[in-house]
Amino acid sequence: MNIVQAVNSALRVEMQRDDMVVILGQDVGQFGGVFRATQGLFKEFGPSRVFDTPLAENGIVGSAVGMALHGMRPVPEIQFVDFIYPAFDQIVNEVAKMRYRSGGKLTCPMVIRAPCGGGIRGGHYHSQSPEAYFIHTAGLKVVMPSNPYDAKGLLIASIRDDNPVIFLEPKKMYRAARGEVPEGEYTVELGKASRVRDGDDVTIVTYGAVVHDALEAANEAAEEDQISVEILDLRTLLPYDLDAILDSVKKTGRVVIAHEAPKTCGFGAEISAGISERALLYLQAPILRVTGFDTPFPYTFEQEYLPNKTRIRKALRDVMDF
Amino acid sequence: MPEEQVSILLPEGKVREGQKVPPISPEDLLRLYRVLLLNRRIDERMIKLQRQGRISFYVGSMGEEATIIGAAFALEAKDWIIPCYRELRAALLRGFSLFELCCQLFGNAQDTIKGRQMPNHYASAELRFGSISSPVGNQIPHATGLGLAARLRGTGDVALAFFGDGATSTGDFHVALNFAGVYKAQTIFMCRNNQWAISVPSNVQTASQSLAIKAQAYGIEGVQVDGNDIFAVYAVTKEAADRARQGKGPTLIEAVTYRLGAHTTSDDPRLYRDDEEVERWKKKDPLLRFRSYLLDVGHLSDEVDTNLEKEIRNEIDTALSKAEKIGPPAVDTMFEDVLDEMPWHLKEQREELRSVMEPEAAQQET
Repeated sequence: MNIVQAVNSALRVEMQRDDMVVILGQDVGQFGGVFRATQGLFKEFGPSRVFDTPLAENGIVGSAVGMALHGMRPVPEIQFVDFIYPAFDQIVNEVAKMRYRSGGKLTCPMVIRAPCGGGIRGGHYHSQSPEAYFIHTAGLKVVMPSNPYDAKGLLIASIRDDNPVIFLEPKKMYRAARGEVPEGEYTVELGKASRVRDGDDVTIVTYGAVVHDALEAANEAAEEDQISVEILDLRTLLPYDLDAILDSVKKTGRVVIAHEAPKTCGFGAEISAGISERALLYLQAPILRVTGFDTPFPYTFEQEYLPNKTRIRKALRDVMDF
Repeated sequence: MPEEQVSILLPEGKVREGQKVPPISPEDLLRLYRVLLLNRRIDERMIKLQRQGRISFYVGSMGEEATIIGAAFALEAKDWIIPCYRELRAALLRGFSLFELCCQLFGNAQDTIKGRQMPNHYASAELRFGSISSPVGNQIPHATGLGLAARLRGTGDVALAFFGDGATSTGDFHVALNFAGVYKAQTIFMCRNNQWAISVPSNVQTASQSLAIKAQAYGIEGVQVDGNDIFAVYAVTKEAADRARQGKGPTLIEAVTYRLGAHTTSDDPRLYRDDEEVERWKKKDPLLRFRSYLLDVGHLSDEVDTNLEKEIRNEIDTALSKAEKIGPPAVDTMFEDVLDEMPWHLKEQREELRSVMEPEAAQQET
């Protein structure tokens, strides 16, 4: 399966398991979503479980709040995460705060799915990585898978989670990443990172599509520069797996953090601070970040903007040469 | 849509010619009157309390009681009320106690929402009374979602959203009505047009000839009602609820009323509106109007009314003094309910705070 198929499979499994799981969004019905993530679900579950909405993200998420309060388990799709901002108020002030502000009595668990990230020549309205806004918001969980197996297991876990989850799907990898995925149900625990490569010299902490660039960079670095790289795929960004990061850092002593989102106040800054607060004496070099730049997402220079293999390799050499 | 306001009870408390009072038992009429009166006396008392510095803030609803309580009374217990910050007394009708109300104002250890929100931001899952959000209009789509869920699940309940005239300018108002129209959500949109959004008059909110007329654009029912007439508000809300329950779609109700007091205790309306206007609306006071009617038809006597006043004063005194003595919740509770289980980073931050606090204060039992 690829990631789109894995997402589709997770949705189907959960809709079969629980009648309260419903999908709403733009073009998710008969058409099956612009990326085909909901393909076939309308036909299988009908218009009361999978339905198109008027074109308004605040309406999609705002209605989902009411449905969740009523006991349903909505899985709204935002067509591109770049279009999520009309719903930002609903997410930050309502979805994320309902449990806390009602003293734990009212909750609105839902999974807001949205394709994210660059690499498809989509310019700044089809390429953004806004995860930091949501990680910064108390009351949410934030998830971003990098491969089909995790995508399905994490999505099922997210739908079963009693908290609201922002589920970001790296669209560049939707069809590019393929792998074995079981047909039936299984979960990948939220909050746990995955060590996707073992190494001794440097730890790359990353997530989403960049995991694949990191793997390429690490393989080349091993061959050409004799650098042994360990890679952690965080998978869940909030709450993130600090223990896994610290374990690896204590072994390697060097850290490169890589994500597509812009550098300043990006999630890498938080990870970096988390490491330096707890493992300073293990570090043999400054923690480096390879990220998108602090510009709007550019169209023509997309490849230069993204934290590609070349930039990651340079960072690996820099932490080794320090 | 009717061209005129629905009106049953005239300002002097007489029934309009050709109109009939809805079938409400004398006991229920008295219960309603009691909640209206309680509402008014709570407001007067709490505003004083805020002036004395005993609570930080208060939102009154003087002049709008008939809209709030009349609408709530038209619903069944299984129906949802999704309020903004000015309708919490609708919860009193459903059994929210004065003591709970006072505890919330103090944000103390008995506050059902654990001191998490400023005064007037109640919530009660048990009473199907939504959690209050300060940003104007945010709650309206929630009522759409509840009404949609009720239709999809066939549970037979309806959802009523309260909001003010200012909220009709927000995007959330638009999407809520638009979505509800498309899905025939079992929802009632109750707009309290109290003429003022803090200092901005309702004619600056819209160029429409009314707020009710906006329903037409969404393909839903729209009705304007005298919001100071408890019978008319009850009747139109009941009709809207019946229609919603039967799958006939949502209704926008514009209740024309007036905010006799300030927006909140942080506001001073003398800076932007004439006393004359306020005096004009005082003649249409919903509480006095209802009282005149009840006295007139003999459901209420001056003696009963005087006793009721005394009873209410005592109840408020008792609840207040009991609530004011209760200390704040344990500081540890600040870290709870962010998620269903406390994640590691919040546990760590809780420890960080504990390390600079006296242990008793941090872990005090609530």
